[in-house]
Formats: sequence, structure tokens, C-alpha cells
Amino acid sequence: MNDRFNLYKFASPATFYPLAGKLIPWFATASVVFGLIGLYIGMLVAPTDFQQGEGYRIIFIHVPASWMSMFIYIVMAFWAAIGLAFNTRLSGMMAQALAPTGALMAFLSLWTGALWGKPMWGTWWVWDARLTSELILLFLYIGYMALVASIDDPRRADKAGGLLLLVGVVNVPIIYFSVKWWNTLHQGSSVNLSKSSMAEVMLWSMLLMALCFWMYSIAVAFARVRTIMLERERHTDWVKAELNGEQA
Amino acid sequence: MTIYWNSLGDFLAMGGYGLYVWGSFGLTALIMAIEPIAVARHRKTTISRLKRQLRAESRTTE
Repeated sequence: MNDRFNLYKFASPATFYPLAGKLIPWFATASVVFGLIGLYIGMLVAPTDFQQGEGYRIIFIHVPASWMSMFIYIVMAFWAAIGLAFNTRLSGMMAQALAPTGALMAFLSLWTGALWGKPMWGTWWVWDARLTSELILLFLYIGYMALVASIDDPRRADKAGGLLLLVGVVNVPIIYFSVKWWNTLHQGSSVNLSKSSMAEVMLWSMLLMALCFWMYSIAVAFARVRTIMLERERHTDWVKAELNGEQA
Repeated sequence: MTIYWNSLGDFLAMGGYGLYVWGSFGLTALIMAIEPIAVARHRKTTISRLKRQLRAESRTTE
């Protein structure tokens, strides 16, 4: 009973706005701390890779960026489903706040992948299943942002964007399993629940960097959603009270 | 937890992969520095615009 009540309470922008504001510094600090320890271990302590030399160190940002690009999309699709099913105001704002960060993560995944592929495979780019599906993910992010921006009525924009997100979500398992389903140039996954192909220091560094990227994404998305809330709810009393308190 | 590198030069050279490794880390760091600044700046301009609109509204209703 109590839990239900709280969930509904935090689904309202007026309660989520101050909560997000309080949480941002914590997520930002966690991101910096995880990032510094992860970089220290990955760039200074971890030994070289016997196959790929020092070039393998790109993994410490390539894998976290790729994970986040997929994870953020799934979270956006989750909010889209909630929004379409229950017509909640917060869900569309959440999806919109996450999109630019997700797009940047997809771009960084492709960028670091190209810089890794060149010395290891001899090419910046190949049209293989893993790379192509990740590029499609970037286009889905850009398409979602363009679609939402092109519709003036925010509730209609949320609905149209939400549909695109839900249709596009099939691409995520395709990216994830592409290295298994097709014969690709891209190597298989380095991390596995049962056994991992990486040395322990390297694995720790990568997980810390993944936490860094995760905390970063939450902090940036919370900061962005707060601005979207002010904009969209500008006719409500709570935003008017909030604006009177803000100096800008 | 001993440091793997013998010198700063070794570290920067990355065993010949310097361009690729630092090209990856450099752009990532740049983007992760610029994005929060852009978000904060957008927030500032949005707040001042909304405050202006709010003042204009209250003037017309008075």
C-alpha cells in the first residue's frame, strides 16, 4: 500500500523535480570517482594484451559506451511503453532527456570502434552485422529526436516518438547477439557470466568504467529532464513557484 | 598495484597505438565534458526565458 503510494508520488513531475535535483551531485561524484579509479587501473596498472598490445586499452571506453548506448535505448523504450499504456506525463519527458546522451554513447561506440578497428583489422569500418546494427541504433536515436522536435504538441510528440522507440527496440538484441548469429569481423563478447576471457585487472577496470558511464548518464539525464519539466509544466503553480526561487 | 609503465614517453606512445588510444579517450573526454556544460547552459537560458514570459503574463493579467 505504502509502496504504491510512493510510486505514484514520484511519477509526478512536481515531486520528481526536487528529488532529481538532490540526486544529481551524488551521481556526478560517483561517476568521477569510478572513472578515476577505472582509468588508474586500466591505463596505469593493467598489463599489456598478448595479442593486441596496448591498443586493447580502447576497450575500457568502447565497451562501456556500447553497453550504455543499448541500455539507454531499452530504458527509453520502457518509458515509451509506460507512457503509451498509462498516458503518464513523466515518461515522455524521461525518454526525451535520455535521447541525446544515448546518441552520444552510440556515436562514441562507433568512433572508438573505428579507432580500434583500424590497427587491428586494417580498416576503420566494415558493413558487418555488429557495426551496421550499432549504426542503425545511432540513426534510431537521431530519428527519435528529429521526430519529437518536429511535432509541436508535446503529448502527440511523445506518442509518435514512443511508437518509434518501441518498433526500434528489436534492434537492441540484434546488436547484442550479432556476433553469435552471424560470422562477423567483430570479436565475441569479452565478458560472460560463467567465464570471462579477460584478465581480472582488465575486467575490474572495464566494470568501473561502465559504472562511471552509467552514473554519468543518469546525472546528465536528470539535469536535462529538470529543464524539460520546467518548460512543459510552465503553466502550473509548482513551476511558477520554482521559477520565482531560481536566479538566472 | 604497481604502475606498468617505465616512463611517461612509453605511456604516451602506447606501444605504437598512441594515435588510436588517445584519439578514443580524447574525444570521449571532450564529449563527456561538453555535454554537461551544454545541458547547464540550456537550463540557464530556458529559466531566464520562462521567467520573462511569467513576468509578461502577470503584467497583462493585472
